[in-house]
Amino acid sequence: MQSRASLLGGLALLVAAALAAPFLPDWMVSLATIAFANALVVLGLVVLWRVGLVSFGQALYYCIGAYAVALTGRWTGFTDALALVLLGGVGAGIVAASIGFLLARYREIFFAMLSLALSMILYGVLVKTESLGSTDGFSVATPTFFGYAPHGAQLSHWLYWLTLGVDAIAALLVGLYFRSVAGALAAPIRDNEIRVEFLGISVSGIIHTKVIIAGVLGGLGGALAAMSIGHVDPNMAYWTTSGGFVFVTVLAGSGYVAAAFVGSLAFEALRSFAVDVMPQLWQMTLGSVLLLTILFLPEGLGSLVSRLRQRRAVKP
Amino acid sequence: MTPILDVRDLEKTFGSLVAARDINVSVPAHQTVGVIGANGAGKTTFINMITGHLRPTKGSIRFEGRDITGKPSREIVRLGISRSFQVAQIFPTLTVFENMCIAAAIARRKSGLLGNILTPVTSPAATSEAEAAIDLFQIARYRDVTANALPQGVRKLLDIGMAVAGSPRLLLLDEPTSGISIEEKFDLMNVVMSALKSRKITVLFVEHDMEIVAKFADRVLAFYDGTVIADGTAHETLDNPRVQELISGVRLKAASHA
Ligand SMILES: Nc1ncnc2c1ncn2[C@@H]1O[C@H](COP(=O)(O)OP(=O)(O)OP(=O)(O)O)[C@@H](O)[C@H]1O
Ligand SMILES: [Mg+2]
Repeated sequence: MQSRASLLGGLALLVAAALAAPFLPDWMVSLATIAFANALVVLGLVVLWRVGLVSFGQALYYCIGAYAVALTGRWTGFTDALALVLLGGVGAGIVAASIGFLLARYREIFFAMLSLALSMILYGVLVKTESLGSTDGFSVATPTFFGYAPHGAQLSHWLYWLTLGVDAIAALLVGLYFRSVAGALAAPIRDNEIRVEFLGISVSGIIHTKVIIAGVLGGLGGALAAMSIGHVDPNMAYWTTSGGFVFVTVLAGSGYVAAAFVGSLAFEALRSFAVDVMPQLWQMTLGSVLLLTILFLPEGLGSLVSRLRQRRAVKP
Repeated sequence: MTPILDVRDLEKTFGSLVAARDINVSVPAHQTVGVIGANGAGKTTFINMITGHLRPTKGSIRFEGRDITGKPSREIVRLGISRSFQVAQIFPTLTVFENMCIAAAIARRKSGLLGNILTPVTSPAATSEAEAAIDLFQIARYRDVTANALPQGVRKLLDIGMAVAGSPRLLLLDEPTSGISIEEKFDLMNVVMSALKSRKITVLFVEHDMEIVAKFADRVLAFYDGTVIADGTAHETLDNPRVQELISGVRLKAASHA
């Protein structure tokens, strides 16, 4: 019942968001596109967070997704947006699957720091690679959509729609995943790994899967962001990028899939507002918001919904 | 008939410490086996080796004729051996129903690499098994209580219930009554044993209370210093002079009956 309601609600929001594009100023469409691309990375972090793991290196997959798009365009001239996004997701997924063998053995701060270390290695390699523009990076070829090559505002609308579409499918699949045995095992694994093993489950296998899911989502997000920004550079793998994703994850909370998207949109809006209006105070704003979230909404924005629901349930 | 459990020359050393040695035990299906022994005698080590938590240094373990020596615990569980723990191992932040549901859903998940992802956790089969196990262990009134708020006895029943929800054929209970008051022990064992009987599960349980051992076990193994020093009916083992000499509590029991 409840899942059908949230499905219909999500669908209505999706259609509304898609239809709004032509009526919004261009900067707003671009901002929303970046926010919704980044939301995929956040969704991946939510998958990990539910099992009690935080990755401070999710920018690794973000950067891999972005560079996969940029390099394919540069080397082969291939520009189909959908295929490139999928390529970014698969590329990042393969990397996640390989390093997952290592990561799945670690927990807590070790997991967080190991993720960070791996992303910083990629950052270091990209900075040293002169042929890829070193710290400056290089630009991404203008994407096409099944042979159609829009320009200007049209292009940003199409990228926005593509991002919404990928988000919708990702949200649906992650929602289903949360209802599966593997997804539902998040709290049990956090609670008691020994019991989970003795129910016949490989805990490291489950965590490995989660690392891959988060990696694929990170790659998809990076690929979409690269096309939307039109440029890639090593900063996409830098630890502050990862930190931003963790920030939004804390802001959003792990209770609801939709919270990742709302949280990401709120974050990008806040950032662009703060950087415009009070550039010197941006870091402070960020800190204050995080502080307030942790103090008053420790389970994130999503918990507002459950609080409302509870209040409504209490009232006759 | 092939015994359900067949252990040969089992040995486990931790560095220079010998925790188990020369263990030879064969258990036919549907026998209820009690295991006694002082603290540190090697009872838990014995269970840990059968369930794959510890890898034996030497010897072999067969389950229904199949060699399971050294297999990882999750594989052994899937073959049909479950266990409960000396300290109840449950998921403290989930309710009793959610705990059972997870256990039941895992046991009923689809096979294959993606089985965990393709099986919904609240399938009708899993939820109805969870409800059945809750009724079987008589903890229905705690159904929606979060596990960390449960009384000790209910935690134990939940721990065992979760093992049973996986439909094992052999269940190993490590001190099912530890931490339970004397008055409650018998009730708890009655509930557990009749539940296991109705599911036709062969059970091996570790127990310090000789009254309980005498009442519930068809056969009793006495552990001392890592090995089995007596193996027979409850009477035979508990009346064995060597057992009475080496395991405190046995003589008391004998005296109280004299
Ligand atoms: N992982 C381990 N590493 C080192 N020594 C161990 C380990 N597990 C058990 N031992 C030792 O092996 C011996 C047997 O321990 P075990 O836990 O099997 O005893 P037990 O019969 O279950 O005792 P209790 O009645 O106290 O539960 C003890 O001396 C214990 O210290
Ligand atoms: Mg023990």
